[in-house]
Amino acid sequence: MTAIDPTIAPAKSERGWYKRNEIAVTPWLFLAPAILFFAFYVIWPIYQSIAISFYDWDGLGEARFIGMDNYVELMDDSAFEVSLWNNLKWLLFYLLAIPGGLFIALFLNQTVTGIRIYKSLFFFPFVLSQVVVGLVFSWFYLPNEGLLNNILGFVGMGPINVLGDPTMATYGIIAAGLWPQTAYCMILYLTGLNAVDPEQIEAGRLDGAKGWKMLWYIIIPQLKPATFIAFVVTIIGALRSFDLISIMTNGGPFGQTRVLSFYMFEKALSEYGFRMGYGAAIAVVLFLIMLVFIAYFLWSMWSEEKGR
Amino acid sequence: MFPTPIEKTPRSWQLTYQSLLPLALVMWLLPLIAVAVFSVKPAVDFTQGNYWGLPSSFEMFNNYGQVFFNSDMPRYMLNSVLITVPTVIGAVALSCLAGFALGIYKFKSNIWVFFMFVAGNFVPFQILMVPVRDLTLDMGLYNTKTGLVLFHIAFQTGFCTLFMRNFIRALPIELVEAARVEGIAEWKIFWYVVIPLMKPAIAALSVLIFTFIWNDYFWAVVLTQGPESQPVTAGITSFNAQFRAAYHLMSAGSIVAALPPVLMFFLMQKHFIAGLTLGAVK
Repeated sequence: MTAIDPTIAPAKSERGWYKRNEIAVTPWLFLAPAILFFAFYVIWPIYQSIAISFYDWDGLGEARFIGMDNYVELMDDSAFEVSLWNNLKWLLFYLLAIPGGLFIALFLNQTVTGIRIYKSLFFFPFVLSQVVVGLVFSWFYLPNEGLLNNILGFVGMGPINVLGDPTMATYGIIAAGLWPQTAYCMILYLTGLNAVDPEQIEAGRLDGAKGWKMLWYIIIPQLKPATFIAFVVTIIGALRSFDLISIMTNGGPFGQTRVLSFYMFEKALSEYGFRMGYGAAIAVVLFLIMLVFIAYFLWSMWSEEKGR
Repeated sequence: MFPTPIEKTPRSWQLTYQSLLPLALVMWLLPLIAVAVFSVKPAVDFTQGNYWGLPSSFEMFNNYGQVFFNSDMPRYMLNSVLITVPTVIGAVALSCLAGFALGIYKFKSNIWVFFMFVAGNFVPFQILMVPVRDLTLDMGLYNTKTGLVLFHIAFQTGFCTLFMRNFIRALPIELVEAARVEGIAEWKIFWYVVIPLMKPAIAALSVLIFTFIWNDYFWAVVLTQGPESQPVTAGITSFNAQFRAAYHLMSAGSIVAALPPVLMFFLMQKHFIAGLTLGAVK
């Protein structure tokens, strides 16, 4: 450890050890509580989960070491396969929140009267709990009474049972998830648009850039920091999807809306029995997928730090 | 400004835009408006199939009264408050300390400690679920608010430290250096120089964490059961089981459960958005 500036803490022999090492020791004293909490509840459990995934354990009795057996079993588990595919769908379609958010942000980036209220009301779904979003949308989708089918009936279509149809259900849930997520991306882009350099826009206008060209070559490059954050939170959100599935379909119909996070919970903690080891193995797979993204995020942050 | 300011566009587009705005908003909030309408309808509307017509009578006080006086809802709400408020205080306090250490001091492992917090904050909950549940059981804190609070503090510290550290990095470091030259002790620099400058960050983080924790569902299901300690997000499912198919009550219950973070957002909008969009602008 190096002190910030050696001239600041002159090593006088009559001063105590703490005084002499103040600059070196203080950060660790300040960090100690946070590191302790974090290590105890986050870092150590990750290691434990990986360890548990090699055991056969019901959570109460004796755990039995079975090596890779849990992972071998995963290979042939069709429910696991469905969950994995659904996770992929989530990742892909959830990203629609980013262009969607940008679109709404562009629509709202004006200075007409009352626009502030419009902006906050458009953002509003993000503040709702996913539980409430899930309930609201499952009522919206109700096969006969739901508003969606009433609207479809009005234009002569439907009725459809979104959440009861094995092929449609996952998309129905993703659509519900997109609602608050788009709102989040919108607010990121509104902030970003506020900071776009007006001189560059003027220069672009003089060069004859308009509409799409202006957006693509001048605006979007300047929105890069906002896009990066939108990307991070959307990926994380997609892989964390649990609440909506649990509320809207509980994994059904026929287990077709499960994703890894939900399937893991089901295996480890629900009425289907307490298979902690198997659940942990699913969680490890999810963790490894996430790790790819975490590594990428950290790498981007690191290059940024170096650039300063 | 992009797109072109509306004042500089043809009159016809100005009028279109002005009328498009409320229309778009209504469409955007349609599912929510539907629930709000549900919550003031009488039960008889649902049994008679009058889902989308006008309410046959205005039952707002009855429905919300039922939620408040005839269910476990107030209990769940109280639990949520007792879980959320200590978590906010704990996580913000820990991250002020950690953010100060990582933002001000230069030491070799600084960036690694920082990345540990960042990475931990992105981890999927499920990889923590089995061990954390076990840990909580072992400490005798399963199905208690304390168990939930302790975990939430620990987990949120990741995000909060990221936030605080970046905020402190943007402060003028000269202030700290000047204080050091004056011979002021480090903890006094923290308390008298840095903390006052961090007030906006503390406010922003508090509203954000309040919302995140209030809306948490996963950990509530994993670490608690029953009305004595469950927060409102988990409680609403039992509430809905109790009033199955009574849409007017379920809607009213959902609105009540969603209200505190919504109020928090509208009252503290500036801080809330500043917090969410930190880093969205260079």
